[in-house]
Amino acid sequence: MVLSANDKSNVKSIFSKISSHAEEYGAETLERMFTTYPQTKTYFPHFDLHHGSAQVKAHGKKVAAALIEAANHIDDIAGALSKLSDLHAQKLRVDPVNFKLLGQCFMVVVAIHHPSALTPEIHASLDKFLCAVGNVLTSKYR
Amino acid sequence: MVHWSAEEKQLIASVWSKVNVAECGAEALARLLIVYPWTQRVFASFGNLSSPTAIIGNPKVRAHGKKVLTSFGEAVKNLDNIKVTYAKLPELHCEKLHVDPENFRLLGDILIIVLASHFARDFTPACQFAWQKLVGVVAHALARKYH
Repeated sequence: MVLSANDKSNVKSIFSKISSHAEEYGAETLERMFTTYPQTKTYFPHFDLHHGSAQVKAHGKKVAAALIEAANHIDDIAGALSKLSDLHAQKLRVDPVNFKLLGQCFMVVVAIHHPSALTPEIHASLDKFLCAVGNVLTSKYR
Repeated sequence: MVHWSAEEKQLIASVWSKVNVAECGAEALARLLIVYPWTQRVFASFGNLSSPTAIIGNPKVRAHGKKVLTSFGEAVKNLDNIKVTYAKLPELHCEKLHVDPENFRLLGDILIIVLASHFARDFTPACQFAWQKLVGVVAHALARKYH
């Protein structure tokens, strides 16, 4: 699965709209993921996962920043996220299935806050982008 | 049998009561065919699916989307009896239509996105949980008799 020129332009376009709310959307994405897919909480036994948790906010900010970094270096996502890829492979070892769950929740958050910007074409490109990010983060697992 | 809490039932019913089935169904099916283009494989007879614009405007896609979501509504009305409600549909999808059950999962996820875009903040995390559970149950009910 390769990101076309069109996909890249679509992703940059939607990210230009959401990057000023990145922290907020990152936290909301995580909250939705923990609520919708409770099994994802198993990776955060050390976190306070209640609504409004400072730890979730901080972590959401990190996740959002990584997505923005990937979008800003969309021609070389593997390069941009190489350290994160190492971290997930060696330390975090989040099962690959969970990246799709996070991606679904991120898409829901974008749909809620920017429904008219999330046209079917943008939706398709963003979905491909999130898949690509998940693939990069799990690429060194074995 | 799936257990639904009173809160889950209420969240599902409350969202469903505000859904425009024809519009939502059409949009969900169109997005499925656009976002996951390989799903077009079972719709060879639908005519022009060559671009997002063609898919969105395609009258067969719109009609079929409405049909699919109307059927989904039967599950919503019979949450405690989804298997019975969908007695014939699994065979139809397996033996006649030859639809990979993964498509049901994909459509369910797309439906969630469509609902989120229509209901915005009213589509709370609790709502998302209940609906994600529902689409999973429906997908499972449709796939259970595949052979």
